[in-house]
Amino acid sequence: MDYTRAFGDPELSKGLLAQMQEELKEPFRFMEVCGTHTVAIFQSGLHTLLPKNMAHISGPGCPVCVTHESEVATFLMLAAMDKVIIATFGDLMRVPGPKGANLKLAQAEGARVEVVYSPFDALALAKDNPEHKVVFLGVGFETTAPTIAATIQMAREQGLDNFLVLCFHKLVPPALKGLLADPEAAVDGFILPGHVSTIIGLEPYQFLAKEYNVPAVITGFDPLDILKALLLMVRMVNEGKHEVVNGYKRAVADEGNPKARQVLYEVFQPCDALWRGIGEIPGSGLTFAPEYERFDALKVLGVTPPEAGPLPGCKCGDVLKGKMRPDKCPLFKKACTPANPVGPCMVSTEGSCAAYYKYNIDS
Amino acid sequence: MAGETLLLDYGSGGRASQRLVSELFVSRFKNPVLDELNDAARLDISGPVAMSTDSFTVDPIFFPGGDIGSLAVHGTVNDVAMLGARPKYLSCGFLLEEGLDMDILTRIVDSMAGAAEHAGVIIATGDTKVVPRGALDKIFINTTGIGEIFVDPCPAGQLAAPGDAVIISGTMGDHGLTILAQREGLTFDAPLESDCASLNHLIERLILEVGDIHVLRDPTRGGLATTLNEIAGQSATAMIVEEDSIPVNPAVSSGCSFLGLDPLYLANEGKLICVLPQAKADKALELLHSDPLGKNARIIGQVEAGDGQGPARAGQVVLKTRLGGHRLLSMLEGEQLPRIC
Repeated sequence: MDYTRAFGDPELSKGLLAQMQEELKEPFRFMEVCGTHTVAIFQSGLHTLLPKNMAHISGPGCPVCVTHESEVATFLMLAAMDKVIIATFGDLMRVPGPKGANLKLAQAEGARVEVVYSPFDALALAKDNPEHKVVFLGVGFETTAPTIAATIQMAREQGLDNFLVLCFHKLVPPALKGLLADPEAAVDGFILPGHVSTIIGLEPYQFLAKEYNVPAVITGFDPLDILKALLLMVRMVNEGKHEVVNGYKRAVADEGNPKARQVLYEVFQPCDALWRGIGEIPGSGLTFAPEYERFDALKVLGVTPPEAGPLPGCKCGDVLKGKMRPDKCPLFKKACTPANPVGPCMVSTEGSCAAYYKYNIDS
Repeated sequence: MAGETLLLDYGSGGRASQRLVSELFVSRFKNPVLDELNDAARLDISGPVAMSTDSFTVDPIFFPGGDIGSLAVHGTVNDVAMLGARPKYLSCGFLLEEGLDMDILTRIVDSMAGAAEHAGVIIATGDTKVVPRGALDKIFINTTGIGEIFVDPCPAGQLAAPGDAVIISGTMGDHGLTILAQREGLTFDAPLESDCASLNHLIERLILEVGDIHVLRDPTRGGLATTLNEIAGQSATAMIVEEDSIPVNPAVSSGCSFLGLDPLYLANEGKLICVLPQAKADKALELLHSDPLGKNARIIGQVEAGDGQGPARAGQVVLKTRLGGHRLLSMLEGEQLPRIC
């Protein structure tokens, strides 16, 4: 069986779509909070096949997109420092900071910026460059944070003192709470992120059903996964029975990955964090636990994140909160394109503006 | 010269250069035009001529399925052939880094000679420069090719017309993913191999035996998606492509899924896109299937007017997905970067 294709079976998908069409009584607005879901929905063409009264909104699910202006300004400050090598996943290279600055430009002007596929590569970089500080940009959700925590533990075991991490990690459940607390948010159901959930499991999402009466389904990234999750939510709404369901059992254990969480919380602890377009959300970020502070790039290099406001004219904040469709932004496809992005939602391959630009026929 | 290391002297124009030219290049590229060793090559050529140039900087220089030398021949031969021309002569300029192992250079030159012989082209003239260590990475090669155009009108992006079929000669993304995997030291269960090959003989048969070929293009950098967009733009037509009919090697497909890449944007170095009237499509397919370089050829879609009757507007490429939905297949923006999560 070819698992890369089986979960996109056209016949089964058509069946689920027909069933959903039949059972959907009221208009239904669902939000996904994972960039991979955003792309999957567009890439498979699912957005052109959903029932007319089912609306898809992309939430703050791309770690690059929610990285705050002040955080971008911080890593640009670090890139400009002497004897500092920035190690980063590729997506961050073109994220715009104040005055259109970005890492790619910084690199062209002489900063040492290395794109890595894994934080372990950054560790190797630190070993090979003992006279430099190697700063790994820790941007991401619960999915990538444990690997970075494990890398920090390895650096400690190996006695490497020139490996540092800029910890701007973010946590998904507090952000969902922040979204629902906004009276303008009108979300009837959540497609929950499959990758993040492999780590955190089912429990942290229970408040969605219990406190806010919103159904939610953890799901995978193939068309059948997404359609099944939508159908489950439609049925929950029809029955007035709201639950949080694990619809991705082939990858996600209900209890998540306790080992990964243990490593994560040995190295990091929750803190308040800034989200682009949303502002500060209590308890939604990670910072260093006291005994690992010597790996904290901010502390070691003595840097304080500067104040930085939204980019002029950019509506990424409204897009991230699901209040504006990307193609309704006045800058979309005009001043803001993937080649020349104004906001982060257009930079990341998993940003919702980039997905609209790349896949949507009418916009 | 085996076992030697390349010194700056070899690019000096003096005796050392002469030795390099005669012992390495002339002896391997052996042909009467090059053997003359005058300041310029004297070529016999008539009628309209196609000319194309390309510089090759691939890293790593050796990869499964080829190397920088064979690629430098195939790449330029293919570009010339896509215009409906019979490639005849190549020039080749070597930019070499001081300290390069002579055995490596020899392997590359051997490979170029083999590729040129296979494609039936003559390496008529060349140049060698050696630059100080660090000024470039090991070896860069520039090749320029010329060939006689043997069809009128010659295939061109502007000629794609509503009602045409779109054919590709085989699987997409093999070269791009092979290079990326080598560069990053990634290994996959199934072997990956570049598709790097000269397509001129196959193209000649297509044009002479099938005829009425409107467009021929090789989907190199930017991949199938980018090249189709170029054609749609040049011809002001809409293209509708079926996802399910685009052949992709299973190893490429799973590697791409793992790395967050799309095979339709990855480079190919031995594949062609052929746009021709629907009525000729079966004949073209039959011919392609009879050649090892076209054995996985498929009709992947059709050209439409883009006047509001179909899902795409003129200038757009629309992909009909496996599920039956439609989405834009847009042009590559910048390089594909690995995803963050």
